[in-house]
Parts: sequence; C-alpha cells; structure tokens
Amino acid sequence: MASDECRIALDGLSDDGWLADAERRVARDPASIVRLFAGVGRHCGRAPLPQAEGWTADEAGRVRLLLALPAAAVPRQVEDLYRYGDADEKRAVLKALCLLPVDSGAVPLLHDAIRTNDTRLLAAALGPYARHLDQVSWRQAVLKCVFMGVPLSVVHGLAERADAELAAMIADLRAERDAAGRHLPEDALALLKQLTRRPEVRCASSIRTST
Amino acid sequence: MRIFDPHIHMTSRTTDDYGRMAAEGVRAVVEPAFWLGQPRTNAGSFADYFASLVGWEPFRAAQFGIRHHAAIALNPKEANDPRCREALELVPRYLAKDSVVAVGEIGYDAMTPEEDDVFAAQLAMAIEYELPALVHTPHRDKIRGVARTLEVVTNSTIEPGRVVVDHLNEVTVGAVHDSGCWMGFSVYPDTKMSPERMVEILRVHGLERVLVNSAADWGRSDPLLTRRTGEAMLAAGFSDDDVDRVLWHNPVEFFGQSGRLDLTELPAASSTFEGNSILRGGS
Ligand SMILES: [Zn+2]
Repeated sequence: MASDECRIALDGLSDDGWLADAERRVARDPASIVRLFAGVGRHCGRAPLPQAEGWTADEAGRVRLLLALPAAAVPRQVEDLYRYGDADEKRAVLKALCLLPVDSGAVPLLHDAIRTNDTRLLAAALGPYARHLDQVSWRQAVLKCVFMGVPLSVVHGLAERADAELAAMIADLRAERDAAGRHLPEDALALLKQLTRRPEVRCASSIRTST
Repeated sequence: MRIFDPHIHMTSRTTDDYGRMAAEGVRAVVEPAFWLGQPRTNAGSFADYFASLVGWEPFRAAQFGIRHHAAIALNPKEANDPRCREALELVPRYLAKDSVVAVGEIGYDAMTPEEDDVFAAQLAMAIEYELPALVHTPHRDKIRGVARTLEVVTNSTIEPGRVVVDHLNEVTVGAVHDSGCWMGFSVYPDTKMSPERMVEILRVHGLERVLVNSAADWGRSDPLLTRRTGEAMLAAGFSDDDVDRVLWHNPVEFFGQSGRLDLTELPAASSTFEGNSILRGGS
C-alpha cells in the first residue's frame, strides 16, 4: 500500500510538544499553517528517519500539519504552500499528496515539479500520487529521471506502469548516449532489458492512467 | 583559505562561477535580494525571484558543496515603483524560511519618502522575525546616505550589532564604526573598493565587526575578490588567523544571530543523485 511508509514516518517522529501544539492550531485556524509550516525544520530537525527510508523529520512533520487541516481547507492550502514554499516545503507537499483529500486536483503541482531541474522535486513528484498523472506526462518524467541520473527506485509502481512506448524512448536515449560515448545508468538499462524481454509488451493505451 | 561571502548575487552568475568559487575556498554565501538590472513590474515577479533564492540557488550551490543562504526584502530602488509595492506583503512569508538569515537589502537608493517607509517597515520585520538586517547604502550621495541610514537604524529599536551597513569606503567607515553597527565592504572592480584599499582599512580600523564581500552581480564584478582580499592581507603581513577571522568567523558571527545558519558539510555531489542535474545541463 502506497502510504504505509509515510504512516510509519509520521508515527516515528518524536516530538517535544511543538508539533502537537502546531497541529491543534492548524486544525482551529487553517491560515496559521503558513508560518508554522515554514518553521517545522527548526523544531523537528531534518535528520533522515531510520524507520522510514527516504523520509526526513521535517518532511514528516510537515505532512502531519497538512493532515491536521480541516478537509475543506486542504486544496487551497496545499496549492498556496507549494506556490510560496522553499524547496523543502515543496517536497513535503508533494510527498503528502497521496494522503490528503485532494483527488486529482493537485496534478498541476506535479507538472510544476517535473518541469524544474531540481532532482529532489522531480523524485518527490513520482510517488504514489503520480497515479493521477496522465501516461504521456508520466513517461516523460521517468525519462527525465534517466536523463538526470535520478535513481528509478524513486518512481512508485514503475514495473506495473512502464510500457512499450517508455521502452522505445529509453532505447532512443541509449542510442544517443552510445553515439556520444556515454552510457545510461544501470537501472535504466535493467528496465529496458526487462521491458523488451517481455513476450507481449503491454500496449500503452491499455493502462489506466488517471482517476 | 575558507571563505564565507556575505553578499553575492548568484542569480546573476553562471554555474561555472560556483565551480571556480568552490575551488578557491568559498564554502558559504549569503545572497541578498536586490534588483536584477531589468526593473520588475509586478509583485508576482518578486515571488518568483524570492522562490529561486530559497529553492533553485541553494540547489545549484549545493552541487559544489557551497551552503547558500538568503536575505529577503523589497529593495530600495524598486520600493519607489508603485507597481512593485505589493511585494512588501510577500516579504514576511519568506522571512519565515529556514535558509533566510537576514532582512535585506534594505536602505536607501535615492532617499525618497517611499524609501523611508519601506526601510522602516522592513527594519520592524527584522525585529519581529528576530533576524539581522543587511543595509545597502546609496552609491550616489553616499556620505549623507550613510548618515541618514544610521539615523533610521537608531530610531528603530533594532540593536546596532544586528545591522550591517554595506558598501562602505574610507570616508563612510568611521561613522558606522562608532554606531556599533557592522561594517560591510564590497570589493568590486573599479568602484566601491579594491583589495589593497580594503587591507589598509583593516589596518586602520581593525578586524572587528567587518564583513568583506564581493557583491558580485550582473555588473562587471568578480566573485573571487574575497579570496584576492585574503591574499592581499597575507601579503601585507596579516596572519592566517586574521584572514580566517575576516573571511569566515565574522560572517558566521553576524548571520549566526539568525539562529538559522547551516554550515554542516554537504554530501559530495558525485555520491548522490541530487548532484547530477546541474552538472549535466538543461532538460
Ligand atoms: Zn547587492
């Protein structure tokens, strides 16, 4: 299940009381999240959480604040916090999306993150919430990971969603790299091998892309 | 030689500059918000600019092991443009960010009533957000500009030790020294200050409360003039410790007052996927 690791991260966060108090304030007064959200790292720290790989304390703390919002306030605050966030805040918003009541409404944030050249944002955009991303955009984002050297392990559900079209795109990139005397990362070569070895490569159009 | 450049506009510099700076010992920078040469015409333009100062630039700097912090403010030049005035309301939002260690550049450009208002309002923000303030002084009419700046600082309740008055020279250093504020010097080709003149000022006024910066930007400037100043100090008989005091400890002490300075070592760029996108170019 997509959000398990996130739940573990949230449960594993130790708190001296600041976060619990901030959650209460946010539940009462959604607008108060603006300043609290920015300050999470200074109160919860930024260390990686040993019990949840790929999560840091500030990310988990920020997700907890978002979860404390009244549901009606979530879509507006999510968009606003991302728009005016620093890179760490933006990343936390992206990682929180799969747990929040936003349906597919936050897809524009994924497009924004994928458009950047910040590898941390690109990686965060390809978590479980990326199931709302259309297949064409998703393939481009995965290809961008290969191009920028972002490990494909950040892509949620890669094996299930990768298709023949993605294989063709990666194969073309490999041809360009070969011509330049450079190489694709190992994980991309492995994916390509896996996709082209399948007896019947799934057709792109058969994959459900968005809800 | 380890260097903390306390005032540099990396937005206007190339990624190559980051590489050269790292090779010459620059490990940390503060990038204050200022104007971009091309006037902005709306507040949204500032939102994107501030976002890059707390997003893209720290990311770009990190590829070279350089810690990037920012100072945020509506600059005095554009404070005069009514179309940009709304940007003042955006400033507090960015003052709450982790990597923002000061309010700046604030101060005077042409000493208009609009600049008076925006300067005072942002000094009040520095107090509210418990941040130091980086104060630009006018390039024209500098002597009166510095006097008026010190008056405004005194009239606000901010501690002088939390204010740096920047772009000083031989003529303006004395008054700032006596005020208790920090003294900033921009070592900048042709104008402002040279490494040799800087060394002479250090000899006369001492090393305390002095910040030496390159103020490198889109003008004819050089991000390595901090290093050249360190070398000129050594050539003039200052010790390695003296150089370290001016080029490292002083900025750490000044911006450390924010409680937000993060100078922990960054992971080597090559060992993490976060290191790849800049080195490889656009996509
Ligand atoms: Zn400047």
